[in-house]
Amino acid sequence: MPDGATPFVLDVKDLKTVFRTRGGEVHAVNDVSFTLKPGELLGVVGESGSGKSVTMMSLIRLLPMPPAEIRGGQVMFEGEDLARVPEDAMRAIRGARIGMVFQDPMTSLNPVFSVGYQIMEPLRRHMGMSKRAAALRAVELMELVGINDAKRRLDDYPHQFSGGMRQRVMIAIALACDPKVLIADEPTTALDVTIQAQILELIKDLRQKLGMAIVWITHDLGVIAGIADRVMVMYGGQVVEQAPVRELFANPQHPYTRMLLETVPRITGERSEKLRVIQGQPPILSKAPESCAFRARCPQAFDRCAAQNPARYDVGADHDAACFWDFKTGAARDV
Amino acid sequence: MLTYTIRRLILAIPTLLFISFIIFLIVKLSPSDPTAGLPLTIPPEVREQIRQSLGVNDPILIQYFKWLKLMMWDEPLHLIEGWTGWNVAPEGGARIISYQTRSPVMELIVQRMPQTLWVVGTSYIVGILIALPLGIISAYKQYSIFDQVGTFVSMVGFSVPTFFTGVLFIVIFAVNLGWFPSVYNTTHVVTDWDSFIVQLKQIIMPVMVLGLYNASQISRYMRASMLDNLNQDYVRTARAKGLNEKVVVLVHVLRNSMIPVVTVIALNIPAVFGGAIITEQVFKVNGIGQLLIIAIQGGDVPVVQTVSFIFAVLIVLFNLLADVLYGVLDPRIRYD
Repeated sequence: MPDGATPFVLDVKDLKTVFRTRGGEVHAVNDVSFTLKPGELLGVVGESGSGKSVTMMSLIRLLPMPPAEIRGGQVMFEGEDLARVPEDAMRAIRGARIGMVFQDPMTSLNPVFSVGYQIMEPLRRHMGMSKRAAALRAVELMELVGINDAKRRLDDYPHQFSGGMRQRVMIAIALACDPKVLIADEPTTALDVTIQAQILELIKDLRQKLGMAIVWITHDLGVIAGIADRVMVMYGGQVVEQAPVRELFANPQHPYTRMLLETVPRITGERSEKLRVIQGQPPILSKAPESCAFRARCPQAFDRCAAQNPARYDVGADHDAACFWDFKTGAARDV
Repeated sequence: MLTYTIRRLILAIPTLLFISFIIFLIVKLSPSDPTAGLPLTIPPEVREQIRQSLGVNDPILIQYFKWLKLMMWDEPLHLIEGWTGWNVAPEGGARIISYQTRSPVMELIVQRMPQTLWVVGTSYIVGILIALPLGIISAYKQYSIFDQVGTFVSMVGFSVPTFFTGVLFIVIFAVNLGWFPSVYNTTHVVTDWDSFIVQLKQIIMPVMVLGLYNASQISRYMRASMLDNLNQDYVRTARAKGLNEKVVVLVHVLRNSMIPVVTVIALNIPAVFGGAIITEQVFKVNGIGQLLIIAIQGGDVPVVQTVSFIFAVLIVLFNLLADVLYGVLDPRIRYD
């Protein structure tokens, strides 16, 4: 496909990441493929250890290498394959055209540099701004993310900000160079619920103003339902289901997704009902999966699941699921 | 910060008073006789008169306050007069007099100090210059060959005392190879290139012995502190901004890692003076450490008291300096 002709801002194909540890290899990302359209908000869900963060960190090559190793795949971003560009070209993209926000705002900012300095850093690095111009832009950015009295707070240090405010600073840093893609790795998990709502509103608002595409990693289905256009469910380092948000919530086609949705506690209904859980632990894969990774915890599992790893089957418009069981017919898939 | 510093300086006064009292008492209570070093032909009654004239028979508190007054008031004034030429010192006033040399102790110290500062100061700076890069690279390339060798060498350097490495250096480089002189000649004056080379040759061994010892200690702190910080989330943020590794490590990580290391460096400066006592003995540097040793051996109580007290002042001052530096380097710590 010629450059520029792709309708996707990010097109990931068969991404494979392996951690080499003393105890052997851990296959954290197994043939993950997904796309991101300009301006789209893709939610990535899954429990801890399902490979959501590692996938996103591998595609911008932010994992410590070694032990991590990208073993294959293609990450097309604006005509370049991020899995193959040299490290300095990758650095020129990171923080400029791809921004990142992390989970814990309390530790993600450097405690000994002022907030202004940290916002100005990418501006000076990528846009070649002078100190003065960068300071002006930093104030703008701080106002954009809703930090009051930005000019005065420029010289404040991270410890003088609350958790929610620090996350706003992180967002300002990520947005500094007007990125095409923003990767948000559980940006609200460490915040309390009211602050979480504020940050969600802020992101929604900024997305409309700036029009960047967002990858939102979370394990909170409630958050995803309220914010995402499309959802990708991950398990065992693989994409198990992918669909537009309404479709996924209304019509889940993978047993893991179904069980995830059942675990969401409801405020209506019987109070005596216990919180539902998915029994068991997500697997740690010491080799590339040859059978369905969810098999051990799956109520639908049958013999084929142990023999073969299911591919992602189309189950609807822009909707696919990696399962041999067809919930629509209530029988095993005939492929 | 300024208020804090001033408050700490004021608080240092009772601390130092207390230390001075302890030092005075300990040295005073040691069973040494100021006339012991005098010829045996001196009859006992003359010895008694000498003791009387030295004031050692006075009540101990009287002796202490006399010494304290001299130490805290007269001697500093003499020092100031010596440095600036202002006529501030009391004319013909009492001084703390060495039993052995009969000259004011402060003058002995002023004579000896440059040698010590020159050797110890250079070795400390050399030590820091070796330690910082060593610690940074060791941490950044943890478990590499460089790190393994560096950590092993610094462990050896830290565990082997300087009186051993000093003698070892002398045996290897002075006796067997004959590269450097084994004795540090403090009367040597640098006037031209050749005499500079001579100075360089004679200072190399004491500086390396002390410097390597300091380096092995500081590099371990540096490495540990870097390792603590390299895995922090803010480092990932810095990388996510697209900063290159040099900036990530030498700006973001180093700035945080230096906080405890600078404190250790400042706190260690007085300890280095103490450690130099031994190195000065080994290389025959006639610095302040050697002065102290000779004074102890000769029962020269005033010299021992004064030099010990100066060490105590250095320790208190550098403690304060370390605390202030901590506040300067870490914005989370503000003392006001």
